[in-house]
Amino acid sequence: MEQNAHHNTETTLETFTIKRTRDLADILGGIIEACRLIATGNPELYGIVSRSLFFSGTSVILAILWGTPLAMLIALREFRGKTILKTFFSTLIGLPTVVLGLILLLVFSKGGPLGFLSLLYTPGAIILGQALLITPILVSIGVSAIESVDPEILNLSKTLGASESQAQVAVLKEALNGIILSDIASFNRAIGELGVVLIIGGNIAGGGNRTDVLTTAISRYTAIGEIDYAVALGILLMIIVFAINIIVVLLRRANYIVELAKTPYFKLKSYRENKA
Amino acid sequence: MTVVAELKDLTKAYGSKMVVNTVNLQIHLGEILALLGPNGSGKSTILKILAFIESPTGGTVEFQGEEVDYKKTEQARLQSTLVFQKTAVFSTSVYNNIAYGLKMRKIPKSEQVEEVKKALKLVKLEGFEKRPAKKLSGGEQQRVAIARALVLKTKLLLLDEPTANLDPRNAEILEDVIETVNRENKVTIVLATHNMFQAEKLPHRIALMNEGKITEIGTPIEVFGKLSKNLASFAAVENTFSGDAQPTSEGTTIVDLGSNVHVEIAEQRQGETAIFVNPQDIILCQEPPHSSARNAFRGKITEITDLGNLVKLKVDVGRVFSVQITKRSYKEMKLTLNSQVCIVFKASSVNVF
Repeated sequence: MEQNAHHNTETTLETFTIKRTRDLADILGGIIEACRLIATGNPELYGIVSRSLFFSGTSVILAILWGTPLAMLIALREFRGKTILKTFFSTLIGLPTVVLGLILLLVFSKGGPLGFLSLLYTPGAIILGQALLITPILVSIGVSAIESVDPEILNLSKTLGASESQAQVAVLKEALNGIILSDIASFNRAIGELGVVLIIGGNIAGGGNRTDVLTTAISRYTAIGEIDYAVALGILLMIIVFAINIIVVLLRRANYIVELAKTPYFKLKSYRENKA
Repeated sequence: MTVVAELKDLTKAYGSKMVVNTVNLQIHLGEILALLGPNGSGKSTILKILAFIESPTGGTVEFQGEEVDYKKTEQARLQSTLVFQKTAVFSTSVYNNIAYGLKMRKIPKSEQVEEVKKALKLVKLEGFEKRPAKKLSGGEQQRVAIARALVLKTKLLLLDEPTANLDPRNAEILEDVIETVNRENKVTIVLATHNMFQAEKLPHRIALMNEGKITEIGTPIEVFGKLSKNLASFAAVENTFSGDAQPTSEGTTIVDLGSNVHVEIAEQRQGETAIFVNPQDIILCQEPPHSSARNAFRGKITEITDLGNLVKLKVDVGRVFSVQITKRSYKEMKLTLNSQVCIVFKASSVNVF
């Protein structure tokens, strides 16, 4: 609360212009201060970070819930307009986020079709907005991952006794690497997203605000000249993106270890045989 | 004789293309039946219909005395399994691959482990359980695929060109497995092949297929006995030729295949004779060698097919011969389309019908 008040008083036009013209020493100082803020576990910073992680994580889970079945449907069924639908989703990847933000603003605003939900400027709006934003990535990469699976896998599972849905699960398992890739790409997009969050989240600083995330905070701190906060958040954002990618890579490698661990019977048996 | 499955006036069309045309066929309990015919003759489609993963356009299929409803094949699928021509494995361990069907059938875990072990022993891949299936060689993958089908102990085992893409060693192992499970476990097997040699050796009965129809059916002796009379239906099968035979003074015979191709065979024959040369028995070389082989022809390569470890070539020497060589020889000889080559084979490698 205190810090917030501090910002507001400083954000006069005068200080704003002064702080915009920093020299190299100030910039270096800003970076050092940023590191100090990160190291000392500044609560405001980490509040923003955890909120960002939560919003993006939830929106990815939400988008997986509808995106993956949609990708399965598109990839495994033959229907008229399939190519058009695929093109539609891959085009949507390039949709400017501010445009999506604007559309959602109109939809969620009081007079809009979903205005009665009163979602505008709430975490719900951000999560939903981000989930919609990343759906095209999930669907597009998901479809190509599933389509690149050997087409015989479906028939193979069936001839080995799988039902239709079990056979589809088998195909999904084969496409897992691509699906995971689409999930990471979606998360990265969500957490690094500005346009949608800015418009439907409100970009209102601290205090009782529940919609302040990494990107909006960076943009706001930069605008008001709080370079050290902006740099600190920027560093944290980069660390998160890198860390998540590395964790996923390690988990995929470890999968093999998990497989081995699942078959203790063989280990036990070979141990016994060796003993005998 | 008990009939496991029966096809009645079966047809299958993809769009306007008829791939199976009014086929009637009975599959007897405990037999090995080979569908012999060139690529595109409808063999694979019949197998897919018998595996209940493809539905017929017309006609009916009776399986264990009951007509199959192709809208509800889930139960029937548990009793019939197909090993595909193009080997497909799940990208997981060999164990999980082979146990897949057992898991679908909810077989207890301890039994699964035993069955997988037995099946791996049969295909000579003992101790391969933990290996990632995708890392195995083509031949080993195909053996995993066979093992995966064998553990299910289905009423019907369907094999689509089980050895077509394999090197001789792997092919031999698989042929042994097929014979063993048929003899010892009384598994009914239907296999598709375009390999005359295999069709002569393995099955109890052969159904000769061409352009979606069965043209001949019977024991190998019956079917091959009719070969010279009914060459038209065999013509599409590779390395099968016929011509006028004239005995030589040395006790061998020269068969005139036309286009100035004269093949020497080790038997005494006279008149119209049909012959078959196994693609694996033909040696390919750049210059005609001085060797004991009685048959050597010059020609050029007209077609190259990559089979993984092996390469299949079509060599036009006046008549077109299929030749199978290893990938390594293929590379070492720097062969390309239209390369001038020689094909050589012994008079005793020629199968005469």
